[in-house]
Amino acid sequence: MLARVRRAPPRYWLVLVAAVLLIGLPTVVTSFQSSQWNLVLIFTIAIMGLNVLVGYSGQISLGHGAFMALGAYTTAILIARYHVNYLVTIPIAGLVTGAIGFLLGIPALRLSALYLALATFALAVVTPSLIKRPEQLTGGVQGIGLVPQEPPQFAAAAFSTVTGGTQMTSEQWLYYLSLAIAVLLFWVAWNMIRHRPGRAMRAVRDGEVAAAAFGINVAGYKTLAFGMSAFYAGVAGSLYGLATTYVSPDTFPVALSFQLLVGAVLGGLASTVGPLLGGMFVYWLPIVSSQTISDQSWIPEQISSVFVKAGPAVTYGALLILIMIFAPNGVVGLITSGYGALRKRLRGAGERGTGQMPPDPQTG
Amino acid sequence: MPLLEVRELTVRFGGVVALDRVSFDVNSGEVVALIGPNGAGKTTLFNVIARVYRPGAGAVMLDGEPVLKLAPHQVVRRGLARTFQNLALFRSMTCLENVLVGDHINIRSSFLGASAPVPNALKAEAEARNRAVEVLDFVGLAPHAHHPVAALPFGVQKRVELARALVSKPRLVLLDEPAGGISHEEVGDMARLVQRIHSDLGVTVLLVEHNMGFVMGISDRVVVLDFGRKIAEGTPAEVRKNPAVIEAYLGAA
Ligand SMILES: Nc1ncnc2c1ncn2[C@@H]1O[C@H](COP(=O)(O)OP(=O)(O)OP(=O)(O)O)[C@@H](O)[C@H]1O
Ligand SMILES: [Mg+2]
Repeated sequence: MLARVRRAPPRYWLVLVAAVLLIGLPTVVTSFQSSQWNLVLIFTIAIMGLNVLVGYSGQISLGHGAFMALGAYTTAILIARYHVNYLVTIPIAGLVTGAIGFLLGIPALRLSALYLALATFALAVVTPSLIKRPEQLTGGVQGIGLVPQEPPQFAAAAFSTVTGGTQMTSEQWLYYLSLAIAVLLFWVAWNMIRHRPGRAMRAVRDGEVAAAAFGINVAGYKTLAFGMSAFYAGVAGSLYGLATTYVSPDTFPVALSFQLLVGAVLGGLASTVGPLLGGMFVYWLPIVSSQTISDQSWIPEQISSVFVKAGPAVTYGALLILIMIFAPNGVVGLITSGYGALRKRLRGAGERGTGQMPPDPQTG
Repeated sequence: MPLLEVRELTVRFGGVVALDRVSFDVNSGEVVALIGPNGAGKTTLFNVIARVYRPGAGAVMLDGEPVLKLAPHQVVRRGLARTFQNLALFRSMTCLENVLVGDHINIRSSFLGASAPVPNALKAEAEARNRAVEVLDFVGLAPHAHHPVAALPFGVQKRVELARALVSKPRLVLLDEPAGGISHEEVGDMARLVQRIHSDLGVTVLLVEHNMGFVMGISDRVVVLDFGRKIAEGTPAEVRKNPAVIEAYLGAA
């Protein structure tokens, strides 16, 4: 056991450290900052799903913002119109979105990568206007407002014990709710990837003809990946609605779909902690690019004004190009290869060129 | 009844007639070789049997059941597995994982069961791992189990292909140039391996191969294609003496 712990690859430690930091966070930061990190976690959940789709099954989606919208509206409608308990609405939002993603995946799979990108992009484009239509249900352009969710007894009690009497806010509670769901969904995806279905998806990504030759229903697994990633986006959307206590057609613009995809690529596709980094990028980048860039005196006025005026889109575009050039495996890939190079250096030349294979970066 | 029946198969690619009314049988327990000059249509024939290409005409029966009605992913469930001429390994995976994909149809774990993961799914995975390691051992690759397949030498990758095709315990394997591109020393090992597939595992073999020493040494029967037509069929000795075969090979050389 001890030997196993000692031999554990660094990414396990990374996950552990990340988990401890995430659990402790709300006890040391403000309630407002908790709500910010809650949104980071929510984007992380959406990106975990996107990671299954893009990283492992090798498909693409420019429409995951629309799936988030679907999840958020499912929750908002169930709470506001049907008075369903908000906790119950979360899995329902995931299942509804997952089912719709699965159904959309069936025709989508007949499309090549480029057309799939276009079709999902179209979904992202039409969703805001579609939402406005059934006004009775969705509140039209007005959207739907929700009340903040108060923490349950046990959570409030535990929180005040740990912090020495501080009252738990709604923001802090929702943060923990998102964290618990993120951990659960992370574990599910991790199991899925390492076992039969995940191998099948990766086989489809690596070669469809060979995958089919060994009994893998290529179309079926592609659809399944689509449905699963939509489920994750639906849960993320549901939590997003709860976090912001308000959903409207403008909450889920086309840009969100791009940001999620960029976040997935940026964090590192087919990597374990990549989605968390991606979630941080998706949340912080628009804020940083509109505030910080204009404050930097070293950036020429003309350039910074372009960034501020065009919003985060320009920053995303620029970053995406940089990533493609310098870190095709995302930030995690960059760190892993940097770590590998460092270790080689430290071990000295003795072990170099022994023909030892590196462990598989994806599954080990 | 033959295990595999190929009846009057015809395949055209634009103007090229890749297969022209080809018929032959493979009986259970045989090693049959399919030979012919480059471009004769051998790989095309494999791809038709494995449902990658749809033929213009003809039929393929496996154990008396029509194969051409099956979806590509259903073929292996009928007991027919294959290797690829130009290696089609799953390049992001280890050897073990490649072999596990080869056993996909026998692993009893559902999408939800594997994701949860319920004890039954984990048990099925563990059993599959044991089977995969056994097969890797059979082809002499147990030490490479956890190595990423893409970084291994070509000859080793060829054997991973073999292990992946064998793990599901097929009745018939189609081997497309098992000795193609490997070093001279490895050819003998590969021939012995194919013989053991036949004798130890009891698998019927249909193979394509250019190395005549290899073919003549291990085959019960040889089918010869040239420009998509079957020009000869018989024992290795018969085929070697057949003037049409000599003509085809001399013409091609
Ligand atoms: N997908 C395809 N599209 C068009 N033509 C094809 C295709 N596949 C094969 N052909 C053609 O069909 C003919 C037979 O090819 P095939 O690959 O079956 O030959 P082969 O006997 O396997 O040759 P080799 O010994 O070189 O592997 C060739 O003329 C080839 O160019
Ligand atoms: Mg060929």
